[in-house]
Amino acid sequence: MDWDLLRTSFWPMLSGGLTGTIPLSLASFAIGLALALVVALMRISGKAVLSGIARFYVSVIRGTPLLVQLFVIFYGLPSIGLTIDPWPSAIIAFSLNVAGYAAEILRAAILSVPKGQWEAGHTIGMSRALTLRRVILPQAARVSVPPLSNTFISLVKDTSLASLILVTELFREAQQIAAFSQQFMMLYLEAAAIYWVFCLVLSSGQSALEKRLDRYVAH
Amino acid sequence: MSPTEPLLSATGLQKSFGDTRVLKSIDLRINSGQVVALVGPSGSGKTTVLRCLNGLETPDGGTVAFSGGPAVEFGGKVTKKESLSLRDRSAMVFQNYNLFPHMTVLENIIEGPVRVRKRQRKDAVADAERLLGRVGLAEKRDDYPFNLSGGQQQRVGIVRALALQPDLLLFDEPTSALDPELVGEVLTVIKELAEEKWTMVIVTHELAFAREVADEVVFMDGGVVVEHGHPDQVLRNPREERTRRFVQRLLNPF
Repeated sequence: MDWDLLRTSFWPMLSGGLTGTIPLSLASFAIGLALALVVALMRISGKAVLSGIARFYVSVIRGTPLLVQLFVIFYGLPSIGLTIDPWPSAIIAFSLNVAGYAAEILRAAILSVPKGQWEAGHTIGMSRALTLRRVILPQAARVSVPPLSNTFISLVKDTSLASLILVTELFREAQQIAAFSQQFMMLYLEAAAIYWVFCLVLSSGQSALEKRLDRYVAH
Repeated sequence: MSPTEPLLSATGLQKSFGDTRVLKSIDLRINSGQVVALVGPSGSGKTTVLRCLNGLETPDGGTVAFSGGPAVEFGGKVTKKESLSLRDRSAMVFQNYNLFPHMTVLENIIEGPVRVRKRQRKDAVADAERLLGRVGLAEKRDDYPFNLSGGQQQRVGIVRALALQPDLLLFDEPTSALDPELVGEVLTVIKELAEEKWTMVIVTHELAFAREVADEVVFMDGGVVVEHGHPDQVLRNPREERTRRFVQRLLNPF
């Protein structure tokens, strides 16, 4: 075991995680979630065209590999004159991908709120939009935290794919040090351990959030 | 408003769900301060009438007019503004309460006044507390609905509707989801509102209650009003055979 290498490689990897993996995950998840809400609302709008577009979008995103989506944006688009830097390319690809999965989660969560809640909003004078924001989404949020946490955790790990379009993040640091030192086993396990710790933190965040959102439900 | 003009008049209300004609042609006149009990067998369309008045359903045809407002004619193109003008005159108390589970009792009540009517939060809270005190739930203001019994939840549901100060209160079988021992506390509140001259339409199966609080009983069956009039007349001495059978069945279920 090369303890020296373990120590000297730890900081570049961790910093790759903190300045690459984490911001990339957070930005993509936030944008993706906002987009997902739009897609979910289109899907349940009852308007054939809107829900058709939403359905098509979800189908394409879920039916194609994330790596291919990433390559289309970064390596493909330049050939039609649209060149995007690695970071924005990664954020676009991951956001679009998250939106495809989260849209289905949000759609199911919104539909799980009883119809009587919409009617109660209506009878106290609320518009559909206000009812959605004040009544439906807070209740849908409770239901969607566990599946959305799954999506988020997957995303954190999937950001390692961004190393393939030259984004400096945790895994790219690991690859570079490994290529240089030839210590593949140790360095990739080290990278795996750091991802794992990130995801453990996320899981505990999920538990705390669930607890908070459960305060108004009978136990 | 002339004294003879009713608070609400609905004429020729029609509504179908698919091939089922739930309302064939309903006429309803409700005077200010009047308590109307809407009774009839299940499937007779009582609840649908109520929901049409509050805009939860859009009638296929007919006219609904509140005093001082436009007569909204259904069947053709009804503008959003028109249907909203109807909705804001009444407030519904639901069979299953439909309280907002993620809000406290107080938040449930002030949501409409603050978010929709744009009242000062402070004033809305003061009003809500006063109303909660009246229905005996002052100490429950910070509880979540899941901590309340059905009867308490329904009383909060009533206060939530009252807080909007609507011209017309609509009750959709307000005690049907309650355990028998909790029915009384809700009926008592409704009775007090009647004494205070709130205008109310109550869909109910509690005939004794209807006889006691209602000024008028409307008996519906098969999507039409079969007969209506003073409670003693309709419930004790019905003119129509269908009414007679219905009352008999409720009085002697076995």
